[in-house]
Amino acid sequence: MADPTQRNGEDERKPSGSDDADLSARLSSLNARITKASAQRAEAEPRDRPTSDSSAIGQAFRLTAEFISGVLAGGVIGWLVDHQFGSSPWGLIVCLLLGFCAGMLNLLRAAGVVKTARSDDKQ
Amino acid sequence: MASPIEQFQVKPIIPIINFTNSSLFMIGSAALIVGGLLLATRNRSLIPGRAQSVAEILHDFVATTLTDTAGREGMKFFPFVFSLFMFVLTANLLGMMPGFFTVTSQIVVTFALALLVIGTVVIYGFVKHGFHFLGLFVPSGVPKWLLPFIVVIEIISFLSRPISLSLRLFANMLAGHIALKVFGGFVVSLGAAGIGFALLTPLPLLMAVAITALEFLVAGVQAYVFTVLTCIYLNDALHPGH
Repeated sequence: MADPTQRNGEDERKPSGSDDADLSARLSSLNARITKASAQRAEAEPRDRPTSDSSAIGQAFRLTAEFISGVLAGGVIGWLVDHQFGSSPWGLIVCLLLGFCAGMLNLLRAAGVVKTARSDDKQ
Repeated sequence: MASPIEQFQVKPIIPIINFTNSSLFMIGSAALIVGGLLLATRNRSLIPGRAQSVAEILHDFVATTLTDTAGREGMKFFPFVFSLFMFVLTANLLGMMPGFFTVTSQIVVTFALALLVIGTVVIYGFVKHGFHFLGLFVPSGVPKWLLPFIVVIEIISFLSRPISLSLRLFANMLAGHIALKVFGGFVVSLGAAGIGFALLTPLPLLMAVAITALEFLVAGVQAYVFTVLTCIYLNDALHPGH
């Protein structure tokens, strides 16, 4: 199961002392095989993703954590703002609402509903 | 019947230096990882033996996860990600031994790990990209009047990452171990409740067996999820503002 392409890819980067044609031919054929293998893996990836953690309870835990953490982060920030500027309770109220929005955003991103240009919609 | 939460109590073993059962199992996991990997890579051969194969599979697994998410440059974080993965996995699996303490069922531990990840992301992001790193919070293609609002939400969303990262691992381990204990407790209390009830004891026993299997799965999956999310966040530090 050890992924051979990975290790070969690292070997390839190492500069070899002898530059004979045979070696470079082998390297180029290896390179072609690596690109083929990684292309295959890349196209296998999107279909694999949903099934790899398809257990519903795992998904539920994941989404719950995403949402709760947004609200919690908002709450903590709000509390800190109030603590700092004595604006109680407005900081908490506003930041909790914003935290709710952030939690929703997290949730939709984790569920793959919202696709942003950002890289973390890959998850 | 023992409380299902009793297993999570942190008890001092050597009170003078505050050495608790939690510290013992953290040191135990670290020692197990280092010892096991050193042992596995002691006689390195081209054709790996069993132990060396396991070590290589673990290495390749983490390396593939890292390069798939964060690209080739991600490999500079490989020692960090590999240590995290191995620590979480070993701590989770050690916790599955009866009577052992589960380090990752403590939110302090998981939150510290998550802070380590986010701290790395923030520090590396600022060192590497300077203020361009803040572009992470400004999504493109948003109407001007909505932008301040969105930026605040994005910042909160970013700050919520360590929380969700730690919460997920912690909640999974906690819930699984409590469920195990509760079903184990059912077996005992049904058995003690008289002959009619005692006939029902196989049901929770079967459930406990099934949950044990599930928990082994969860231990692996959560270590993997923790690693993948770490890689995704590191990717943000490497290439912000995509």
